[in-house]
Amino acid sequence: MTEETSGDLRLTNVTKRYDTFTAVDQLELEIPRGSFFALLGPSGCGKTTTLRMVAGLDRPTIGQIWIGDKDITDTKAYQRNVNTVFQNYALFPHLSVIDNVAFGLRRRKVSDHRAMAMEALELVQLAHIAKKKPGQLSGGMQQRVALARAIVNRPDVLLLDEPLGALDLKLRRQMQIELKIIQSEVGLTFVHVTHDQEEAMTMADTIAVMNRGHLEQVGDPATLYEKPKSTFVANFLGQSNLLEATVKSRAGSIAELDVHGVSLRLPVERLVDDASSVWLGVRPEKLRLVAAGATHDGSAEINRLTGVVTDASFTGLATNYLIRLPWGQELMVVQQNDGTPRAAAGAQVTLGWAPEHGFALDAKQDAHAGAQDQADDSGAA
Amino acid sequence: MTGPMSAPVDDPAPPGLSRPRRARPNYTPYLLLLPGMAWLVVFFVVPTLSLASQSLQTGNVETGYTLTWHFQTYLDALSRFWPHFARSIFFAGSATVLTLFFAYPLAYFIAQKSGRWKNFLLVLVIAPFFTSFLIRTLAWQTILTDNGPVSSFARSTHLTDLLQWLNLTNNDSLMNSRFAVICGLTYNFLPFMILPLYASLERLDHSLIEAAGDLYAAPIKTFWRVTWPLSLPGVVGGTLLTFIPAAGDFINSRLLGNTRTVMIGQVIDSEFLRIQDYATAAALSFVLMLIIVVIVAVYVRRAGTEELV
Amino acid sequence: MRWIRAHLVAMAGLAVLGYLLIPNIVVIVFSFNKPNGNYNYQWTRFSLDAWTNPCGTPGICESLGLSLRIGFIATFVSTVLGTMVAFAIGRHRFRGRSTTNLLIFLPMATPEVVMGSSLLTLFIAMGIAPGTVTILIAHILFCLSFVVVTVKARIASLDPRLEQAAADLFANPFQAFVRVTLPLVAPGIAAGALLAFSLSFDDYIITNFNASPSSVTFPMYVWGAAQRGTPVQINVIGTVMFLAALLLVATGQLISNRRAKVVA
Repeated sequence: MTEETSGDLRLTNVTKRYDTFTAVDQLELEIPRGSFFALLGPSGCGKTTTLRMVAGLDRPTIGQIWIGDKDITDTKAYQRNVNTVFQNYALFPHLSVIDNVAFGLRRRKVSDHRAMAMEALELVQLAHIAKKKPGQLSGGMQQRVALARAIVNRPDVLLLDEPLGALDLKLRRQMQIELKIIQSEVGLTFVHVTHDQEEAMTMADTIAVMNRGHLEQVGDPATLYEKPKSTFVANFLGQSNLLEATVKSRAGSIAELDVHGVSLRLPVERLVDDASSVWLGVRPEKLRLVAAGATHDGSAEINRLTGVVTDASFTGLATNYLIRLPWGQELMVVQQNDGTPRAAAGAQVTLGWAPEHGFALDAKQDAHAGAQDQADDSGAA
Repeated sequence: MTGPMSAPVDDPAPPGLSRPRRARPNYTPYLLLLPGMAWLVVFFVVPTLSLASQSLQTGNVETGYTLTWHFQTYLDALSRFWPHFARSIFFAGSATVLTLFFAYPLAYFIAQKSGRWKNFLLVLVIAPFFTSFLIRTLAWQTILTDNGPVSSFARSTHLTDLLQWLNLTNNDSLMNSRFAVICGLTYNFLPFMILPLYASLERLDHSLIEAAGDLYAAPIKTFWRVTWPLSLPGVVGGTLLTFIPAAGDFINSRLLGNTRTVMIGQVIDSEFLRIQDYATAAALSFVLMLIIVVIVAVYVRRAGTEELV
Repeated sequence: MRWIRAHLVAMAGLAVLGYLLIPNIVVIVFSFNKPNGNYNYQWTRFSLDAWTNPCGTPGICESLGLSLRIGFIATFVSTVLGTMVAFAIGRHRFRGRSTTNLLIFLPMATPEVVMGSSLLTLFIAMGIAPGTVTILIAHILFCLSFVVVTVKARIASLDPRLEQAAADLFANPFQAFVRVTLPLVAPGIAAGALLAFSLSFDDYIITNFNASPSSVTFPMYVWGAAQRGTPVQINVIGTVMFLAALLLVATGQLISNRRAKVVA
């Protein structure tokens, strides 16, 4: 007999400690009912552990989990109104597809489980293989059966543990769109765990970025991307260029920053606190190759940096540049293929960007945190 | 201070919100283990102790036995029967080497080279194992009988002379001889060597052998340097499973041997059941057990207990 | 010459396979024999007498019956106990794991004379007379370890996430066990039971130590016969056992092949 619950999913002070390390540390999270929520982070950040605690497969060391105003922390997994789509699908090999999908319904003694199971299979367009066994299906089909098996129970929260990881790129893109459609049709709360930031941004209404058991930032994709609050988020979502900057003045609405002798501007509200040292961040696609003497883009004054091209890779869609600045730092620039003449390696260029496209981060943070080419985060300072 | 799961220092937050949960102790494994392990303890461990105790008692069947710590029994038993121990080890050892020699090509063939026939061949290897081994051993009497085709063939090719020169035959008869006993032992324990070897060789990545060839190793070199070392766990497993039961066997020597091929198993059997000198029999049994335990201990030392079961 | 070198391993392997099977073939062939004397060594002439009269020799079918009864009971008990132990080892963490593993391994490694004789000393010390009950106890003992090993191997190949998925889908631990775990472990349990039965049915040495003149199992009968004279009926039963074993193992393989073929 499952407990009747409904409402927002809340985690209060949820901590999971093992003998040697802490997987999740004092997590506070609120996930509105009916939203598509993503838990995003590198492997080992605690997102899967959090998911398992919501499912009831692990117990928090400290803290509580609520659905609505019902505390479900102590209810067992099989009593919770929460279902999971597992990473490896975990379909029961000895049962047919329809028996797999109807499994949860039958445990709860639902009388017309067969009809409901067929309905769920139709939702994922697999009604025609109802009698087959999981071993006879491809990865994409198994994934959809796993989804149907979870959805058919109309849980308060549907958890997805990196469900698209094993699929090839094309199938993954297709499934991302399908999942979004199904979620809006069915109206359930989806909590999607992934390490793929593109996937999270595509699918989710709200993203929570996790790192080493902590929440880095929670927000909608655009806010997270354009206004990251930490170097980790700035580097983990997309790519960022981070420049060592000193705040010279904050008169009026524009602050003046000094970066190795070059004067750059940033809207004052982008500054985090009163610190005089910050990381000035700007995304590669916001940087453009401009004429050598240009100071304005139309009527707006732009920031300018000069440098030498060390690498230029044409990808068709864009050209990816690496520009070495006079003090040795290399900037990543992505110039869309919009007709702007391409620069060759060795060329002297000027880069320009609008001041409101920059952001400031705490100078004490590690500039490389969250960068995707780091194989192992645990070594980072 | 205390363990990692202990509660943090008391703070004003309400209980439940910040006090960590203790995991409830899980009794399930102990309940599951209880009946089976109890059976093993009562009917295996205790009897072993009982055996040891019996070996140190004096008396006989009529007057009863008392525990007198009579270690002399061991010395007497060993001085009388050490040839039988040595013979058993010799027979078991030869049989083990021979089974290894025979089993390896077959195991290798099935594991690496049999393709579609793999399961069929495995069936053929396993099926004889399920039929009465007494009956099969008796069949060897028929096979090696003096007037049968095998004996005639051996005589005409002078194989018999060679074996006689090696002192393995009974005059010029293949039957009731050391040769027959070793034949029988090798035959009976062949599946025990084939299956572990097969399991080991099946896991062997064929591309390793190809890589060796790519790096200029001749087939024999490849075998010695690549295949053999990687199959060692199977070799060791098979050796243990063959030598140990073979050392204690007496059916083969009883059915296929003669009075000069008596193995220690036969001695123990007759001392217990015919002569009823329980003390001596127990002492011999215990010594045999000790030899086995030493061998197993050496193995466990090197490889741990997880692979045993 | 080249061909021989290339196929050396195959030829050697098949020769060994022949060596394995020759005694079985001899048993089958000589079941159709009608020997002159008491012993069945020489081929005399073809006859179906033994096949038409399998229980002809006194005592042979009674011993067969006893062996079958003991076999079934010993199989049942050792399979149940052994499966429980296998689940404990394969699915749980607990203290004393090493000792448990060792204790399960030792009966498999102990020579039969030692096991049989030590059980005998126990029964003597406890004043229990040897007979059917003591045989049964001994059989359950040595079958136990083999069942544990077989079932444990099957459990190890089971994906633990399947049980988690069952819990996620509202199955309480009992339902998860019955609906998911048990069906998937069943082949291993069946294999363990089969192994236990064949070990019990075929055992001579340990049985002999713990038996009485009134409890003659089939192997004991064969042993006695080997001294007095081997009736051809023994070959008949041996042949039936061999064919039955072949059939069972082949069926098992076919079933698992059918399952495997179904994978996409």
